[in-house]
Amino acid sequence: MPVQTIKERNAGKVGVVTIGATQEQGGTRTSVVKIGGESSLPFLHFEGEMPNKPVIAMEVVDRVPEEWNDEVKNAFTGVLDNPVAWAKKCVEGCGADLIFLRLQSADPELGNKSPEDCVKTVKDVLAAVGVPLAVVGCGVDEVDNKIIPAVAEACAGENLLLGFASQENYNTIVAACMVHKHNLIAQTPLDINICKQLNILITEMGLTADKIVLDTNIGGLGYGIEYAYSILERGRLGTLQGDRMLAMPTLGTVGFEAWKAKEANVSIEEFPGWGEQKERGILWEAMTATALLQSGLDLLVMRHPEAVKLVQKNIADLMEPSSV
Amino acid sequence: MALTGLDIFKLLPKKNCKECGQATCLAFAMALAASKTSLDKCPYVSEEAKETLGGASAPPIKLVKVGKGDKEREMGDEVVLFRHDKAFYHPTCFAIEISDKLTGAELDAKIEKINGLVFERVGQKVSVDFAAVRNESGNADTFAAAVKEVAAKCNFALVLISTDPDAMAKALEVAGDTNPLIYCATVENYEKMVELAKKYSCPLAVRGNGLEETAALVEKVSASYKELVIDVGTNQLSQALAELTQTRRLSIKKKFRPFGYPVISFTSKDNPLDEVIEASVFVAKYASAVVLKADEKAQILPLMALRMNIYTDPQKPSQVEPKAYAIGNVTKNSPVYVTTNFSLTYYTVEGEVSGSKIPAYIISCPTDGISVLTGWAAGKFTPDKITEFIKACGIEELVDHRNLVIPGAVAVIKGALEEKSGWKVIVGPSEASGIPSFAKTHFA
Repeated sequence: MPVQTIKERNAGKVGVVTIGATQEQGGTRTSVVKIGGESSLPFLHFEGEMPNKPVIAMEVVDRVPEEWNDEVKNAFTGVLDNPVAWAKKCVEGCGADLIFLRLQSADPELGNKSPEDCVKTVKDVLAAVGVPLAVVGCGVDEVDNKIIPAVAEACAGENLLLGFASQENYNTIVAACMVHKHNLIAQTPLDINICKQLNILITEMGLTADKIVLDTNIGGLGYGIEYAYSILERGRLGTLQGDRMLAMPTLGTVGFEAWKAKEANVSIEEFPGWGEQKERGILWEAMTATALLQSGLDLLVMRHPEAVKLVQKNIADLMEPSSV
Repeated sequence: MALTGLDIFKLLPKKNCKECGQATCLAFAMALAASKTSLDKCPYVSEEAKETLGGASAPPIKLVKVGKGDKEREMGDEVVLFRHDKAFYHPTCFAIEISDKLTGAELDAKIEKINGLVFERVGQKVSVDFAAVRNESGNADTFAAAVKEVAAKCNFALVLISTDPDAMAKALEVAGDTNPLIYCATVENYEKMVELAKKYSCPLAVRGNGLEETAALVEKVSASYKELVIDVGTNQLSQALAELTQTRRLSIKKKFRPFGYPVISFTSKDNPLDEVIEASVFVAKYASAVVLKADEKAQILPLMALRMNIYTDPQKPSQVEPKAYAIGNVTKNSPVYVTTNFSLTYYTVEGEVSGSKIPAYIISCPTDGISVLTGWAAGKFTPDKITEFIKACGIEELVDHRNLVIPGAVAVIKGALEEKSGWKVIVGPSEASGIPSFAKTHFA
């Protein structure tokens, strides 16, 4: 029998953000990444366009992240104390689309590195890999307000993705992105109204919407992922209805959140009812990613190579055309 | 589309007799529109109104039950496309496959393994839902023998997978009284399968190849039998997502009857990790049941967590009972942490406190299930309320000291809380993840 399928006609679409720049474009990247551009709900190819697939940025830290789970650290044995080698491994060994570099050692309590040292780390990583870079600070506002502008200036032309701008602290980093032509991560705490408000504040300063990526702050699997899920979904629905102040591509710190969960970390000896830890942890991270892909995440920041591999396959499956 | 309260009101007797339990006919109409009551509560409603309302107020997706007694699971009866519009009500059921080629000790071991897929996390007990016996042998007697074993030993209800009506008939002879899901009726076998489903009054899965064939087949079957579950029969994930979306949209937005049933999906991958990832899409996107081969605890637990999360009612934050919880082998000198009774907040703190390996008490203040900062902003996590709860929860008898650790995010209440409660207040880390190192410095 004929089935009259329902195809939504959407007025708006997600803006496209380009990260990285090749030699012709004034940078040194061998590839650039474009995210966004969707004119439908995630992966509903039958009623809209999804010109760019979601991408995976792998996390690299400029200090040995002792606190990380052993299984994640084991996957990077020998390179954890060397961000350059670590980044290379992510790109060559795991096919990371971007490197997400955290300059944690600038934190006064974790090394107190100078802006010059931070710039050197970023430059070294840029020299070692050809993929675009996202660079974020250590989370201490006063420190980040020094190091991120220094990185922005020294890497002008590379079209980096810099973070984080928050409601309390956005002026300095927005200015650095505008002057040196980089992209910005606007971070808000699981609240669609604050998200919209921050976008308005940033664009009023003069940074255009096509330079902004939204980090609406996700919760990991088991720990508030449903809030993130619904906020991303509402953001996408708002975008499709034409709300331009929500129409930016989205980023989620999947690895960071997923590996906080008890379920990802405790050993089988401690919790026999939860099964073997390695596989459980990997799936915890991968599923945090795939669940949020269904609500509209464009850029996934991940850690474990096996989790990355699972998510890459899921994205490939979901990017196949569909018709109804 | 469902009728509005006013549409329904026009068809009611307007006696305002209150016999339906509502104050007025209009109130009754409103309750009907919100699916909070049923039309049969009104003794005076006309036949004509019944017909109009029965059709229009019937749920867009039928509720179908599989299994009996404490093995019973409900599927379907959903009303929205997005959980933030209302809620998803009936969590996706997970079925784990068993091949009928397994016999004896191998079969027993498999059943044992599936029985073990029961988990405790964040204070809730959850489990898989069905054992799905597949007629892989192609032999009817072998199938029936395996089904009999599984029915006797498995703690979960059954899905019987065979397209051979003879095999299904034999399996139903041994397990038909357990209300298994019969999988499945196809274009070739549906007449015989419907007959079997009727004979044992079991739910029946109908599988077509794509939306049109499935709709056509459901039309034929539903003319005589309505306890159905549908399978659109697609293997490729993005196409399956498109079709799941359409079945849900058409049933809810257009009341398209052939799709007004719960949907069952099968994973297509061979590697269990890939399977589980594939299943995560089905959980988020409308599948009422998912059949998997993966059966390791570590593989199923993440799916359990996702299901719990996606099917949480967005309007009702989940809460823990407000009380003093002992974590580990506590003594009269153990430290005391205070937090709210929002499950997520409580279990995040609990995880870190138990991870710190230093036994402690956590007292969960009654904030109606909202988080620390929200509770503070809403006046539910204030020095007054915390003091009140310190007295009420009995912690003063449990410990000899009077030291209280508060979340770093509400450091501002320290002074007032000390004054009101008479306890010494220690400001803890603002993220629970900081608890282990905090505990080491302060209490080791």
